[in-house]
Amino acid sequence: MFEIISLISKWMLPALVVFIPLYALFKKVPIYESFIEGAKEGFPTVISIIPHLVAMMVAVAVFRDTGAMQFYLQLLSPISNWFHIPSEVIPIGLLRPISGVGALAFVESIYREFGPDSFLGKVASTIQASSDTTLYVLTVYFGAVGIKRSLYALKVGLWADLIGFIASVMVCSLMFL
Amino acid sequence: MIHYIWMFLLLSGIIAAASKGQIDLVTAATLSGAKDAITVCFGLISILVFWLGMMQIAQDAGLLKKLAKLLGPIARFLFPSVPANHPAMGYILSNMSANLFGLGSAATPMGLKAMEELQKLNPDKQTATPAMCTLLAINTSGLTLIPTTVIGLRLKYDSINPTEIIGPTMIATFIATSMAILIDRYYQRKHKRKG
Repeated sequence: MFEIISLISKWMLPALVVFIPLYALFKKVPIYESFIEGAKEGFPTVISIIPHLVAMMVAVAVFRDTGAMQFYLQLLSPISNWFHIPSEVIPIGLLRPISGVGALAFVESIYREFGPDSFLGKVASTIQASSDTTLYVLTVYFGAVGIKRSLYALKVGLWADLIGFIASVMVCSLMFL
Repeated sequence: MIHYIWMFLLLSGIIAAASKGQIDLVTAATLSGAKDAITVCFGLISILVFWLGMMQIAQDAGLLKKLAKLLGPIARFLFPSVPANHPAMGYILSNMSANLFGLGSAATPMGLKAMEELQKLNPDKQTATPAMCTLLAINTSGLTLIPTTVIGLRLKYDSINPTEIIGPTMIATFIATSMAILIDRYYQRKHKRKG
């Protein structure tokens, strides 16, 4: 089952790259002109994202590199004991919504220390894989179209991250322990 | 809320650096953070230019309309405020499909295109619409079948069974995404009541 899905995943992209123009050509679409017309929008879109991303990533870097993050992680470590969550994976859960790369660094350190096939390694993998960097997605998506007031989008994203984190720990405990 | 998070990150960083007597860390971090952001943006340029070109072909050939027709019921359930035959639907569904199949690089351009179309329906260009928030909820909750990055990393660290985590990931991401949609609905109602 998983082999089939990963095979589909592997073939999907190349298949799309061939199928879309082929189908369009069949429908008599001037594919080259179409491509150029759409591709033109790429650069201006990125330009409008730059200020948003710089603002956010500078703040995250200051938080991470000054040791402020480390301080809050220590502050929160008792929580993991109450809920029987392995304390090693707490930083991944906390970082996942604000910095994908930052969370990945903790995943790698768990792989190095305990191995990717250990229980902790599997929990870390699942947490990392089952979520996306909420703050990044929010910044890029709203930044690209110039939305200033994001309503409740951030709250929803953070709740989903928390639920995904708890679900990852619970599912792994049920499957691998 | 974003203002407070931003201020919190900066302020706690500065306090931490000052209390350690290493205020230079802040200067270095601002520079490296800004540099990282630009690196990410440069990476985005190539992906966006290519996939926005591809998506234009798909749009002109009517492929996105076909997709919207095929998955119409799902889209109408998730995005009741978007007219069924609006181009936004096709982009939203292609964004969701790309996420599901682990085509992360293609998913972002499609999502941005969907945002652009949703923005055309938006009466107040500076405030997000409920439909935009739903699209964000689906994207931030990381809906995916194949977590390619993590599997690749597990392989790099000599995992015996790198794909073992696909099962639990699917379950966890399914729970997170359905809860995100539910929470989004809850806030949507609350927001509507406030007017």
